[in-house]
Amino acid sequence: MTPEERFEAIIAAEEKIEPPDWMPDAYRNTLIRQIAQHAHSEIIGMQPEGNWISRAPTLHRKAILMAKVQDEAGHGLYLYSAAETLGVKRDELQTLLHQGKHKYSSIFNYPTLSWADIGTIGWLVDGAAITNQVMLTRCSYGPYARAMVRICKEESFHQRQGYESLIALCSGSPQQKAMAQDALDRWWWPSLMMFGPHDTDSTHTEQSMEWKIKRVSNDDLRQQFVDMTVPQADYLGLTIPDPELRWNEERGHYDFGEIDWDEFWAVVKGNGPMNRDRVDHKVAAWDEGSWVREAALAHAAKRAESAA
Amino acid sequence: MTYDVPVAPGESAVVEERAELSAETWPMWEVFVRARRGIAHVHIGSLHAADAETALQNARDVYTRRGEGASLWVVRSSEVHAFEPEEISDFVDANEKPYRLATTYDIPDEVGHM
Repeated sequence: MTPEERFEAIIAAEEKIEPPDWMPDAYRNTLIRQIAQHAHSEIIGMQPEGNWISRAPTLHRKAILMAKVQDEAGHGLYLYSAAETLGVKRDELQTLLHQGKHKYSSIFNYPTLSWADIGTIGWLVDGAAITNQVMLTRCSYGPYARAMVRICKEESFHQRQGYESLIALCSGSPQQKAMAQDALDRWWWPSLMMFGPHDTDSTHTEQSMEWKIKRVSNDDLRQQFVDMTVPQADYLGLTIPDPELRWNEERGHYDFGEIDWDEFWAVVKGNGPMNRDRVDHKVAAWDEGSWVREAALAHAAKRAESAA
Repeated sequence: MTYDVPVAPGESAVVEERAELSAETWPMWEVFVRARRGIAHVHIGSLHAADAETALQNARDVYTRRGEGASLWVVRSSEVHAFEPEEISDFVDANEKPYRLATTYDIPDEVGHM
């Protein structure tokens, strides 16, 4: 059996490809790109939420938010580790992010303007993330699939705390409820954009599906998310900002309106409201932390020397 | 979420280029967690740290935030040795000694459970 046949056989048998296995270069590169983007998303995703830690309305909500942001750092770490099994270094991937050569999910290029945004991100953004990541637990690359299992468990906390905080706002004063509605109005469409272009316009879906990296198409995942989320909005008494949204008895799914694809591509290409700020902040944090990294290495070397 | 950010028209799908690293990086450590007493340590992931002490602290903070561990080990990744996949497949695929398996022996039913 040639290495290539062996690779195909493992994929066909629904087994996992593991780091030392032979794999086609394109499979390796696709995974590095995808896992790195996923890792970068977790790390950049700390910023819009971190923005509200100092202004959380109660100590309880502040503690929750800090735990959530800490989880995002952990998720980034699991994912960089998974990427490193493919033969790249974490610092290398971060450098590419800092140079603007790597991307992260466009959703984090929108600003968090009110406290209700934090609950809405948990509900919608983490809800969309779960929809995608549950699929990725069945990904053909072992280290990525395993990282997803851990992440999914923690994302469930993220989504539930977000929804619960929206229940609190929606059963509060009219102003609080209006704040929740405003957040939904701004986050609904960007959340649907998280699933990517239509299947017909998605350049690498087909190959990723064949390799079992991706197992459900963009449009199917998006439909799944809409079907799941509409009743949750109803429960909150909030209105989803889509006049075309209605239940389709025949399909057994909700019909919904078209995404503004011009906005979608503008943000992907770097022209969203927060693209520049997010990367600048990340680069500054990295640069300002360099003395810590150097000091830790110097300390380790000194200790090793005195122990010898 | 499609973390796989779509490629905009005119962009290349795969960044082939590698980045130059300007500074020495922290070494990598493999992390093993014993979920509770009575079971073995299981590999759970990896991380970077300057030394064993900070590797343990980071492992605690990253991998056991929700009571997942009664014990932690960290091992320098460079200290882990393994067979190449083709070497291991020689003895996994070629099971030439079926007589080593308990299920290859016929024991009459009347003997009962053995």
